[in-house]
Amino acid sequence: MEVLLDIIMIPTVLATIKIAVIILLFVMPLGTVLTLMERKWSAMIQDRVGPNRANIGKFTGHGALHLAADGLKSIFKEDTIPKGADSFLYLIAPFFGLIAGVATFAIIPVAGPIGDFTFQVTDVEPGLLFIFAITSLSVYGAVLAGMSSNSKFALLGGTRASAQMISYEVFMGLALMGIFMVYGTTRVSGIVDGQNEYWFGHLIPMWGVLTQPLGFVLFFTALIAETKRAPFDAPEGESEIVAGYFLEYSGMRWSAFMLAEYVALVGVASLITTLFFGGYHVPWLHLWDSAPQWLVTVLQIIKFSVFTLFFCWFQIQLRWTVPKFRFDQTMALGWKKLLPLSLVNIIVTAFVIIAFS
Amino acid sequence: MELKVKKVQRLDGTREALYFPAIFVGLSLTVKHFWRNLFGSKDVVTVNYPEEKRHVAARYRGRHRLTRLENGFLSCVACYMCETICPSQCIHIEAGEHPDLSVEKYPTVFDIDELRCVFCGLCVEACPKDAIRMDTGVISMAYTSRQTFDFTRDLLRDNYDPKAHSNTKYEDHDLPSPTSQSEALPNSKGVPAS
Repeated sequence: MEVLLDIIMIPTVLATIKIAVIILLFVMPLGTVLTLMERKWSAMIQDRVGPNRANIGKFTGHGALHLAADGLKSIFKEDTIPKGADSFLYLIAPFFGLIAGVATFAIIPVAGPIGDFTFQVTDVEPGLLFIFAITSLSVYGAVLAGMSSNSKFALLGGTRASAQMISYEVFMGLALMGIFMVYGTTRVSGIVDGQNEYWFGHLIPMWGVLTQPLGFVLFFTALIAETKRAPFDAPEGESEIVAGYFLEYSGMRWSAFMLAEYVALVGVASLITTLFFGGYHVPWLHLWDSAPQWLVTVLQIIKFSVFTLFFCWFQIQLRWTVPKFRFDQTMALGWKKLLPLSLVNIIVTAFVIIAFS
Repeated sequence: MELKVKKVQRLDGTREALYFPAIFVGLSLTVKHFWRNLFGSKDVVTVNYPEEKRHVAARYRGRHRLTRLENGFLSCVACYMCETICPSQCIHIEAGEHPDLSVEKYPTVFDIDELRCVFCGLCVEACPKDAIRMDTGVISMAYTSRQTFDFTRDLLRDNYDPKAHSNTKYEDHDLPSPTSQSEALPNSKGVPAS
């Protein structure tokens, strides 16, 4: 037993276990369920019924069995490679997006540390800069898929994706500068702890959304554009280029693209929760001094999950509310409006910090 | 001729340029629908077809049926009116003598090929004896073989249950004691009813 504990406490092994737990118990199930939930929730928004036909005998589970049906179907479908495609790039492209989406969770804490043990895979010093590096990697998934498919539509989609994601990455970084300035660190644990301070005694928690409202809006917008979801879904552009960069894919590789989208969606939700809504910190919980440690941890996990779920839902709701931007509008919005705004945000934040310190 | 120009009212100004007011208006609408439908699908108008069926109007022209007299005999007197008027020529009748002397003439064969039928209802209007009607309310017939659509006389009778298609039992009021079903009910193409 003690030997086992010793093995578990080796940092590499511990990190591996954390990765497995976070990914297998939280990210992947949530991403998979969201593929169904998006269809079901969009049906509710549009007064439809949504998927409800998959069944075992009389049992349909209100459409829950479609998950299993879709999975089975994807596995057994033929994995086609189009004629003239660059088969190596074509085959590896789906996994860039997926890996990038999953890697986001490496630095996100789901609960406060207990002693030396942290509920976070790694708390690297660059922190959010790591996120920027990883999200820029996800561009390659779209670009390589579009380039290697030997299809005009896919190429168009890939080009659009690269242009859009690189443009929006610019002010995604700038939008977060305010957060770095307010909390004085790029380390995620530092930012989360910084949001546990309070204004006016114990009245209002210093959440990122309150210290950086404009930064929140800009960052959220940039992240939605990064995940290529509506209203910024020109790279997929159902109405003009069919499915964009992953048009030629079939079977499980196509599912990998879809899954990557929803994993990215969960990633966005958890990033927003961590950076702008106090992370795992339950507001005003520190007033209850005698709270047992286990209860605090459980409450923190619940708070984090609830906020993450809320933002998953919110993104889906946004997708089914807002009409799509034309591609030139996407670019104009990014470069002409959001980029200047994020610069203004940095300057104003700087002045406010100097004025109040 | 002067060109007609329609001026489209476009909303401009800061309110539109900000996007947010419009997004919040849209969100309030979609969220309202979402929450209403999350608990009990209040706004959903979809009919889950095979489980739920819509009301079929009384005058709806559905699958045919042959009516019967009070004593159980078919009302049809094999006058060929419906066969003659049928624009798609899907009715095939063969007349015969009935062993019961109270019945002058009756159809030994009365086939309707439901795949050819255009459901115009002319046969119903043409019938002098009100022997054929289209008031079964059966709006869709979906079978896996073409033969199944060749409705023979006894399949058209009003006690016909589409679910028990292959093993319908008939009360034999008007058949001269069939020796086997295939002999008794050959359809117009000589194919025994399945």
